[in-house]
Amino acid sequence: MAEITKLIHKYLRHDKKFPHVWCPGCGIGIMLGALIRAIDRIGYEKDEIVLVSGIGCSGRLPVYVDFNTLHTTHGRALVFATGVKLAKPSLRVIVIMGDGDAVAIGGNHFIHAARRNIDLTAIILNNSVYGMTGGQHSPTTPYGMRSTTTVYSNIEQDFKISELAVTAGAVFVGRGTVYHAKLLDSLMEKAILKKGFSVVEVIAHCHTQYGRQNRLGSAVEMMEWQRDHTVPVEKAAAMKPEELQDKVLIGVLVDKELPVYQDEYEKIRERAKAGAGK
Amino acid sequence: MKKKSHPKELLLQGNEAIVEGALRAGCRFFAGYPITPATEISEILSVKLPQLNGTFIQMEDEIASLGAVIGASLAGVKSMTATSGPGFSLMQENLGFAIITEVPCVIVNVMRGGPSTGLPTSPSQSDVMQARWGTHGDHPIIVLSASTVRECYDVTIQAFNFSEKFRTPVIVLIDEVVAHMREKMVLDDQEKIEIFNRVKPTVPPEWYIPYEDTPRGVPAMANFGEGYRYHVTGLTHDIRGFPTSRPDEIGPFITRLHRKISQHFSEIQIGEFYQTEDAEITIVAYGCVARSAKRAVREAREKGIKVGLLKLTTIWPFMRSAVEKVLQTSRVLVVPEMNMGQISREVKRVNPGVAKVFTLDKVDGTIITPSEILNRIMEVS
Repeated sequence: MAEITKLIHKYLRHDKKFPHVWCPGCGIGIMLGALIRAIDRIGYEKDEIVLVSGIGCSGRLPVYVDFNTLHTTHGRALVFATGVKLAKPSLRVIVIMGDGDAVAIGGNHFIHAARRNIDLTAIILNNSVYGMTGGQHSPTTPYGMRSTTTVYSNIEQDFKISELAVTAGAVFVGRGTVYHAKLLDSLMEKAILKKGFSVVEVIAHCHTQYGRQNRLGSAVEMMEWQRDHTVPVEKAAAMKPEELQDKVLIGVLVDKELPVYQDEYEKIRERAKAGAGK
Repeated sequence: MKKKSHPKELLLQGNEAIVEGALRAGCRFFAGYPITPATEISEILSVKLPQLNGTFIQMEDEIASLGAVIGASLAGVKSMTATSGPGFSLMQENLGFAIITEVPCVIVNVMRGGPSTGLPTSPSQSDVMQARWGTHGDHPIIVLSASTVRECYDVTIQAFNFSEKFRTPVIVLIDEVVAHMREKMVLDDQEKIEIFNRVKPTVPPEWYIPYEDTPRGVPAMANFGEGYRYHVTGLTHDIRGFPTSRPDEIGPFITRLHRKISQHFSEIQIGEFYQTEDAEITIVAYGCVARSAKRAVREAREKGIKVGLLKLTTIWPFMRSAVEKVLQTSRVLVVPEMNMGQISREVKRVNPGVAKVFTLDKVDGTIITPSEILNRIMEVS
């Protein structure tokens, strides 16, 4: 059996009513593939994985895979994940969000989860638009672009999700695109293995909504844009600022150590018990 | 000399009694956000939970607090949060999620005056209807109140038991007076407390149907990580937990959510009938107002007026049968409450027309006194 067939049989739910909800050409499938390959390489049991999501196209991802899956309210995936992880730290908790999910309605939860450094992995599919509701502008829609709620032009500046995560204190931040599938595989694996709050930003295309409204072409053409407008961080170090002006850095942006919440809380328990005995 | 063992007598405030009740019921996870007049619950649990290998976390807001509580409960730990009106408003979103996904949890709301920031340090009972209807969509809810410190302890244990038994969030709705006043109480031995834990599946994982209908209407609940991998979603789902838009799956699901509470109606009804046997006038009250009402009953009887009290501990589902019982003797009902008449509407709704229902609404941030209730009784008798 081909490797991919084995993975499909092992990780996709057999009793789920396929087909899935995503448009043909969508990048979410590539992200899901990278996630499954990473989990398989690491070798975690399916029982120990909890996959949590919010609302939107990306929010529909967990239903298709055979883990403990939790599809929560819009923007709140990280807080549910926080409860799961603290209640049962042996579980491996991975959170899937979209750009609106993670940095608009869930922006506060995102920065606080990063600041606390709870051992979670946040995977954020950034397609610059609210796709499921029909193409409204999101916090990552660039200035000057069109959406169904910015038909005259978007006059807001966009959030840089990875840079926000770095500033908020995430101990691992990686950015990739759905064009760079192999990079995505390795970023996912590193993020999941990292102890503490890790983030993988996945730049993806929504040709159905964002692409169509901004005349950016087909899914393939939008993926070519991803190829042409990204530079690996290692290569960028040797490049001039003007060369990097319209480029997005991909690769590992941050990998550092900070005390992890659960470990620190364990110490609090010991102190509390010692204090109670007095 | 050998020490005599006495039952442990404590002078506790309502909020402290809630903590004691929660810990005895098995609560080992609390997530909350500071808010007057509920903050003591957070503060005490931040000390006690880590001593018991439990977890306390202060979240970034009340939306996050209830989300974390639901997550912890799904992982198998009994969980609670506590808040007041403004925070309770923020929790409505995830309260609906806990209802549709049938996740046991307890939410304490120490009521303050509203709307909005309102009266943070003054008592009120103005969240009765928010507790019932605050989250969107058709849903059942269990709401318990307390009028003494002892009852704070008892209803918190009961709230956990109901939440585990019926797989539903349960709200403990108390007012600032009961939360902050101190009374003597004796804590029970742990062995004497009846504790109900969620029913787990006994079938092998491949046979497990997570939202299957049962005679009780409550499906068995598997905790995350115990071998039963299933899907939890706030979307309307089929018996396997997968999103559905099929009318033949949606109807039975929403109906079951209501039925699992309504068919256990009599078990959920908790109240007290005080001198109602021969009462011609019955006061219907709850929370701190029930204390004033009890005094008013005694004073009225000294004047020769046959007055009784129906004290509601269960606020929702509304105690229709208890009201019907007092209507056997009473032709006048007086409903004093610290809001614009939220429970009196329910009393009027279940009154088949045989009695007159009089309200006594107070919304100035002060308690309703026994003499105010007595005066109202004199007016209407």
